Amino acid sequence: MSHGPSAAGGAAISTTPHGHQSEPYVPVFTGETKARLDALMERYPTRMATLLPALWMVQEARGWVSPEAMAEVAGLLGLTAAYVKGVVTFYTMYHQHPVGTHFIQVCTTTPCHVCGAEDVVKAFLQHTGCGELGVTSADGKYTVIEVECLGACGFATPVMVNSDFIESVTPEKVPDVLKRYG
Amino acid sequence: MGFPFKPHPRESTVLSKHFGEAEARTLDGWKVRGGYRALEQALGMDPVAIQNIVKESGLRGRGGAGFPTGLKWSFMKLGDGKPHYLCCNADESEPGTFKDREIMRWTPHALIEGCAIAAHAIGAETAYIYIRGEFTEPLEVMERAVAEARNAGVIGPNAMGSGKRVDVWVHKGAGAYICGEETALMNSLEGKRGNPRIKPPFPAAAGLFGMPTTINNVETLAAVPHILVNGGAWYKNMARADNPKSTGTKLWSVCGNVSRPGNYEVQMGFPFREFLYDLCGGPPRGRTFKAVIPGGSSVPIITIAEAEAAFMDYEGMVAVGTMLGSAGCIVMDDAQSIPRQVARLARFYAHESCAQCTQCREGTAWTTKILERIVAGDGTAEDLDTLLDLADNMTGKTICVLSDSCAAPVVSGLQKFPDEFKALITRKTVHTVPAIVA
Repeated sequence: MSHGPSAAGGAAISTTPHGHQSEPYVPVFTGETKARLDALMERYPTRMATLLPALWMVQEARGWVSPEAMAEVAGLLGLTAAYVKGVVTFYTMYHQHPVGTHFIQVCTTTPCHVCGAEDVVKAFLQHTGCGELGVTSADGKYTVIEVECLGACGFATPVMVNSDFIESVTPEKVPDVLKRYG
Repeated sequence: MGFPFKPHPRESTVLSKHFGEAEARTLDGWKVRGGYRALEQALGMDPVAIQNIVKESGLRGRGGAGFPTGLKWSFMKLGDGKPHYLCCNADESEPGTFKDREIMRWTPHALIEGCAIAAHAIGAETAYIYIRGEFTEPLEVMERAVAEARNAGVIGPNAMGSGKRVDVWVHKGAGAYICGEETALMNSLEGKRGNPRIKPPFPAAAGLFGMPTTINNVETLAAVPHILVNGGAWYKNMARADNPKSTGTKLWSVCGNVSRPGNYEVQMGFPFREFLYDLCGGPPRGRTFKAVIPGGSSVPIITIAEAEAAFMDYEGMVAVGTMLGSAGCIVMDDAQSIPRQVARLARFYAHESCAQCTQCREGTAWTTKILERIVAGDGTAEDLDTLLDLADNMTGKTICVLSDSCAAPVVSGLQKFPDEFKALITRKTVHTVPAIVA
């Protein structure tokens, strides 16, 4: 972050995760998105309390939370970029790198584990062509990860694809699930 | 049992009565079902009078700790000139637990009503419902219900025409089990990393934004409107004859190796044996039950024999060496390897440790490594002593109880099923699944 844009945003040059120069950073919080954030601020006595919602808005708009977006949020909320990064890295749901178009999370915690969730993970890795956890498939379509307890243990195995919550997934059902996310 | 199935005749459906009814999700549908009568009544009452009704009911916290709700509310110093806050803990992430999800999905207004009543009872004008980020459907349903209630003036600057302000807002988490710990939740809501805080000060003195705060679980708050409408005595009477300390109904989430997993609502003190076999349908075909973790993954494991002798209330669970916790009941059959499942649980805690305290950060990681080594057939006899030693150092020594929660299944697993661990070490064999009994 040492060479990142100033907290005020503006026409700073952004970098890709590999450090190559790319398109200039386009701020997320303009127009309607900025108005939504301003409205949220009415709900809390501090601006900082809107940090998690603001990061969600970034991820909705861009698919992930880039260092440049962290700096933009920091500028809006009167925080430092380092502080925002500290928060982003604490929570598992903010993507710190771009992920596949369809982000697949398979619950494998104990209640699902006893019901065979490991085989569901294997089926997803095989049918998406990802091969490995956390790796995006060559066509950029899928990323599969294991996730800790999704809170739907009676409907093992629950799987999240993007924001869709799918219950009772078995290895046999995996191809059908994937058909919906071609 | 819960949606999509009909309740078992032996269930006592108070909270789950309208699960599965799409219409109950709407404001009008909820009002037709008796909704918001309790709030109207409460807004005309003195806050202390509401606290007293809840105290009389015997309602205790449904998130895991079982603290008396009315007593907790009475810790809030009314008229101290400070803003007070109510937090609703909807970060349901305890493995085995999925009851709050159903309450929010099907009866969002029950929760909003409970929040509004509780807010008034503790002198708060603002309530935040902190819902875990993975609960996309409950988040959507709750947001819609809050907007509907607000637009209709049920909540807001002049709640139900009472002249009182009761704001209820939904706040979305971002993935962290530890945010279900009350002070971690408050930090998270404030826009910080979800690290638990050292207590004291307790939330009632300095909680959210440093102000007096009460935090209650979803199920606790959803029970409040029913208590106000039907009276404290009505609730108090739903208990075991010889144990008046646990009252009312309780939602039990049942999962794992069981014929009919789902949410069941029974009165406190229900016999566990009948629950497991009659309501939940017993083990999967051809299998037998082996072990139960009755209160979410953080409570000690018990054998099926211990479970069958237990009564389903706070004291009944303590009597068999475990806890009611969040009533997320994980059932394991004879095909399961206890060391393997305990290792998986330890991995969960290692992943979810916030890493503030050394005992937890190091303890959960080492516990996992040692258990996974044992499961792989590379364990040594000393490993079992090391695990107990680690568990001892992880219990009662940290800011919050995540570390203790990791130690509980390890210690109880070793105590209750020592032969399974020893067999892995001495025979270096991996777990074999017994044949299905015809």
